[in-house]
Order: sequence, then structure tokens, then C-alpha cells
Amino acid sequence: MKHNHLFHSQVDHFDLILITGLLFMFFIYCYAAFFGGTRYKKWPKHRYISWFLGLACIAVALTGPISHSSHINFVSHMYAHLLLGMLAPLLIALSFPLTLLLRTIKVQHARFISRMLNSKMIGFLSNPVTASLLNIGGLWILYTTNLYSLMHQHKLIHLFVHIHIFLAGYLFTISMIYFDPTPHRYPFSYRSICMILALAGHDILSKFIFVHPPNHVPIEQSQAGGKFMYYGGDIIDLLIIFILCLQWYKSSNQRVLTIKGQLF
Amino acid sequence: MKRKNTSEYRKQNFWSGILFGLGMVAFIDETAFHQLLHWHHFYDKSTTSIGLISDGLFHAFSWFSTIWSLFLLADLRRKRAFWLKRWIGGLFLGAGLFQLYDGTVQHKFMKLHQIRYHVDILPYDLTWNITALIMVIFGIIIVLKTRSSESIVKNET
Repeated sequence: MKHNHLFHSQVDHFDLILITGLLFMFFIYCYAAFFGGTRYKKWPKHRYISWFLGLACIAVALTGPISHSSHINFVSHMYAHLLLGMLAPLLIALSFPLTLLLRTIKVQHARFISRMLNSKMIGFLSNPVTASLLNIGGLWILYTTNLYSLMHQHKLIHLFVHIHIFLAGYLFTISMIYFDPTPHRYPFSYRSICMILALAGHDILSKFIFVHPPNHVPIEQSQAGGKFMYYGGDIIDLLIIFILCLQWYKSSNQRVLTIKGQLF
Repeated sequence: MKRKNTSEYRKQNFWSGILFGLGMVAFIDETAFHQLLHWHHFYDKSTTSIGLISDGLFHAFSWFSTIWSLFLLADLRRKRAFWLKRWIGGLFLGAGLFQLYDGTVQHKFMKLHQIRYHVDILPYDLTWNITALIMVIFGIIIVLKTRSSESIVKNET
């Protein structure tokens, strides 16, 4: 009982640090976008909203009631997973954080970052195949091995798994749809096939969880959680597919225009 | 000008139709049979693992193809190359083929789930697969009829 109380007070401590950190990131973003870019075009309003909502998803996933009950309830864990690994990355990608960073910092620093982005390492990581494997493969490992129960015993593993879920989700999103500067680009067809296979991997895993609960999870919870993962994942992946196709539609028009331009 | 574009984009009209038909059947399957009627089950105890993989792949592909086919359609409209008849031919062919695959391979061989439970399944299976066959045949006829761009010339004159 005493131990339990101690655990909770530690969690609350963590909540406070995280919320402060996220609020700080929100204000930094607003400051940079609003005051930093006097020499540039006005930063669109919806990007502020997107950034705010993205950070809010992280906050809801990692602090407060959902996060606290996710230790004992698998369905809550799935809510948190969907917010942290899918919705937050998409919203943050839509807020163009890298573009804002590059235009805010000094030119020589920006050059250094773009050199980094051009590196082979980033090319390898941002390949849709690598990103899909890190994202979906990571989930398979989490839910089909005893990592899931280890995560609830060791705080450090818990932290690492959650950082991985967010980062892999973000990497996956930006490997499929391009907003920020992306030096290593892959063809639409290649990204589409990866997207279909990744979504299939996600769907198969959620049905697998439906019948094979991760360690110590009651079957009712794994069924509800698996179903939520299946349909919830569908909705967010639908948004990514929509943006992916929209970007094709726009670039395909440009192709026609250049051909016309060459002809006439 | 319009005629030339249409024949150039004959393939795109066909594929947009096929993909939309496939996505439409998957969508009807999901909304009507899974969610509204509750005839289909999310998981059936007799499902084989290959059935699970096939279901996942087809589910993901149908999601993608519904959206992608509509963007292809928008692209055709933008280029004034949309050919409704051929598109509908593709639609029936895609819808029929997917329903036939679902009704035979997925339901029967992979035992993903049955059309309905606790009833005599035969009339349901027959209705399901015969509807699918009719759509395939109908689709093939229209697609063959719109094989060459001459058929539009006939229609336009």
C-alpha cells in the first residue's frame, strides 16, 4: 500500500515536469513563429493549432487519467498508444516544426542541420521500409513478447517504450507524407505499397491481440483493445493515405503543366 | 481534343473503376454486414492465420484503393478524360471480383468468418457468390464494349 502511494506520487511528479515541458515547447513555437519570422511570410494559424493539439495528445497520453489507468487497463493503454503513436505525430508533422526551426536559428546552424538531413543515416531512417519496420515491427515486439509486462515493472523500460512509440510514429508519418524539407524523397508508388503493408501489419496485429492477449491482460480487455486498435488505427491511417494521395494529385498536375509548358 | 485524351486515359478510367469497386464492396461489407447487421464477426475461432493475413492485406488495400481511385477520378475530370461507361465497367468488375474472392477463398477456404451464423448458410453463400458473378460478367461486358476509343466516337455522333 505504501509502495503504491509512493509510485503514484512519483507519477504525479513526472506529470508536472512533462506538462511544464510541453507548455514550454508550445510557447517557444508560438514565439518563434510570431516574432521570429518578420522577414518571412506570415506563419499560418492552423499550424499553431496543429502544434498545440499534437502536444495536447502527448499530454493526454502520458499524464492524467488515461495514462494512470493504462497500467492496469489494456483499453486505456490502447487509447494512449493511438494518441501518442499516431495522432500526435500526424498533428506535429502538420505544424511544420522543422521548417520553423530552420528559419528561426542562425544560418550557419541551419546549414549544419540541413547537412545532417542530407546524410546517408537520415536517408536510411526516412526510407518508408525502415520507418514501417521500426513502427509496426516495434509494436509486434511489444505485444507478442513479454516486453509488455516488463514495461510495467521497470520505469526506465516504460519510458523508453513510450519514447520509441512516439518517435517511430513520427518517423513513419514523415516518411509517408512530406511537409517539412525532405531531402531523401521516395516515389509515390513505393510509399503507397509500404503504407498498405504497414497498415495491414497493424490490422493483423490488432486481430492477433484480440485472441492472444499480451502478458497478464484479461481477454475482455484485449478484445476491446484490439478492436479499438483496428478501427482507430484505420481512421488515422485513412488521414495519412488521404494526404499522400492529395500530394500525388497536386504534383501530378504540376507534371502536366510542365509538359504543356514545354510544348507551347 | 476530348476524344484523344479519353483514349489516352482509357487505362486510368478502367483502374479507377476497378479500385473504387473493390473499395466500395469492402466498405459495404464493413458497414452493413459487420457494424449494422452484426452478421459478420470480427474474428471467428476457426480463422486460419493465412486468413488473418489475407484479411489484413485486403482491408488495408481496400482502404487505400477507395481513396486512391477517387483521386484518379478527380485527375481524369481535371484532364477532361473521364469516361463514365468504362469507369462503371471497371467498378462492376472490381466489385464482383473482390466479392467473389471474399465469398469463396476468404469465407470458405480461409474460414475468416461466415456470412451469417446459426442459420442454414447455403442460400446466403449462393446469393453472395451469384451476385458477385453477375457483377463480374456485367463488368467484363462493359469493359469489352469500351475497349477502343471508336465506341465513344459512335456515342458522340
